[in-house]
Amino acid sequence: MKIAVCVSHVPDTATRIKVGDDGKTIDQTGVTYVVNPYDEFAIEEALKTKEALGGEVVAISLGGDQNKETIRKALAMGVDSGVLLKDDSQRDSLSVAKALAEEIKAQGAEIVFFGKQSVDYDNSIVGQLTAELLGYNSVTVAVSLKIEGDKVVAEREIEGGKEVVETTLPVVITAQKGLNEPRYASLKGIMAAKRKTIEEKPAAEFESKVEVIRMKKPPEKAPGKIVGTDASAAAELVRLLREEAKVI
Amino acid sequence: MANKILVFLEQRNGEVKKASLQAYKAAEQLAGFFGSEVEAVTIGSEINGLENVGAFGIKKVTFFKNEQLANYSSSAYSKILTNFAKETGADGFVFSNTSMGKDLAPRVAVGLDAGIAMDAIAFEKEGDSVVVTRPVYAGKALVDVVIKSQNKVFTVRPNVFDAGEAGEGQAEVDVREAGDVDLSVKVTELKTSEGKLDVAEADIIVSGGRGLKGPENFKMLEELADLLGGAVGASRAAVDAGWRPHEDQVGQTGKTVSPNLYIAVAISGAIQHLAGMRSSKYIVAINTDKDAPIFQVADYGIVADAFEVVPALIEEVKKIKS
Ligand SMILES: Cc1cc2nc3c(=O)[nH]c(=O)nc-3n(C[C@H](O)[C@H](O)[C@H](O)COP(=O)(O)OP(=O)(O)OC[C@H]3O[C@@H](n4cnc5c(N)ncnc54)[C@H](O)[C@@H]3O)c2cc1C
Ligand SMILES: Nc1ncnc2c1ncn2[C@@H]1O[C@H](COP(=O)(O)O)[C@@H](O)[C@H]1O
Repeated sequence: MKIAVCVSHVPDTATRIKVGDDGKTIDQTGVTYVVNPYDEFAIEEALKTKEALGGEVVAISLGGDQNKETIRKALAMGVDSGVLLKDDSQRDSLSVAKALAEEIKAQGAEIVFFGKQSVDYDNSIVGQLTAELLGYNSVTVAVSLKIEGDKVVAEREIEGGKEVVETTLPVVITAQKGLNEPRYASLKGIMAAKRKTIEEKPAAEFESKVEVIRMKKPPEKAPGKIVGTDASAAAELVRLLREEAKVI
Repeated sequence: MANKILVFLEQRNGEVKKASLQAYKAAEQLAGFFGSEVEAVTIGSEINGLENVGAFGIKKVTFFKNEQLANYSSSAYSKILTNFAKETGADGFVFSNTSMGKDLAPRVAVGLDAGIAMDAIAFEKEGDSVVVTRPVYAGKALVDVVIKSQNKVFTVRPNVFDAGEAGEGQAEVDVREAGDVDLSVKVTELKTSEGKLDVAEADIIVSGGRGLKGPENFKMLEELADLLGGAVGASRAAVDAGWRPHEDQVGQTGKTVSPNLYIAVAISGAIQHLAGMRSSKYIVAINTDKDAPIFQVADYGIVADAFEVVPALIEEVKKIKS
């Protein structure tokens, strides 16, 4: 069984975000990049699936040279090989998905994992777009997964609970926190990753339909009001919420 | 210019979601910019009082009905909506950015070869283009984007566009038998916590953090939330400690919420927590540490012990509710 996992390379969530000089992207000064946190759950699930069903796992990332760090991390966790689809431009999600779908098809992967969301642009769509382009079944925001033969049973998180979803291979799964506990890369894994190959090729070109025209800071909030410094402030707070804010 | 904009009305257990009514209002705004018509479409088995969505300005809704469609199916729903958009010549489609909307909208976008913008918080006309504003980097920045293709799909963040007060009016409901549904992906069971209001859908949230010291102390937050008709949320520290279930977690790895009122009790306000709640309309912080970062985003703060403030708040709210 060929298993693929798509990984993105994103600023650490603790990073302070400043708008860059181009007014469209972030200022890169002092920004450290990491494997997209949700993709760690995707990598872990790909490895567990391989352990259960046999086969091979390939990690695919579309982006610049720096994305190799994220692929390397996946290799160190136990992924067998990596592909970097090189592209330094700012393409939209649909054209990312189109290039990923082509590569997944070329790899012949029938089980494909994504994170539920990249914590940079927070779109939460590349998995669904890719599934649809490939004509694969899919379950998003998965918190549990069982694959037996052709049959797939997964639970996905929704407002106020979970849906139990049944489908069949080929399938795309997008991973949510709770799906598993990602393993740490062992020293042996890190050493082994150095000998694994990362295939590099240009990402297939597609026209972007969505263009970022500017990036801006969220509006500053006026400084709040300290209503009091002991429990007696409760009455005033309730009055403000009722009469000024009109929310209760 | 656009011809027609469709809005997907989401239902669970036969009830149309409030977020869908808000999405309709957002679509009306878009329609104003594009000079197009708006109508609604929904899918399900039985829907209670569907014509009553007319009270929120919806004139027409097409209802694709089939017993097997009571629960969500990504395969069936996306095909029905894509075909309906093609049939009606719609070139815009608006969804709510809910778990169903997020799952469905990109599939429809592929079906229509449309550009897609997720989680919109504002629309603005600039010259000939319609600019969509959406949060990125967990709300630490915003981007303005333009969809250049003729067909356009949007999802809108819940609780940002106002659905308005219910007025008079009934929608024209066109019931269509949905035949030949593609159930290659189907929901076989819905596991919902009975009667529990989800943080993602609540107008008021009372959230607790590590400073509450133990799960038993969330009882007072539950009492306050109940009195206000809200839900109880939690910081990751409280969830990781096993005090609250993961589904209650607000923040970067939890839920993104924008209620009318968010009360943060004994939560420091780490950047990953703010990521999930900073777009709330009003934020209240209760914390013993006057330098806690939560106060920087709070509209109202009380610098004091939660174990004294929360019971006092409960008493005050009881007074106004009686
Ligand atoms: C990748 C990543 C993702 C994350 N995702 C999330 C997320 O989704 N959601 C999230 O919340 N966090 C998330 N975090 C964790 C986040 O960084 C913080 O660690 C967490 O939010 C802290 O929770 P807290 O405010 O409850 O605890 P603390 O930071 O320990 O704050 C407790 C607060 O309680 C106050 N306090 C103590 N006693 C009292 C009292 N008696 N009365 C009043 N106040 C009192 C203290 O002054 C303090 O401010 C994430 C972190 C990372 C690295
Ligand atoms: N450039 C990329 N290369 C590979 N995978 C990606 C890329 N961008 C997004 N993904 C995958 O798609 C998921 C959702 O991303 P997004 O839709 O951008 O929020 C991520 O968690 C990744 O698994």
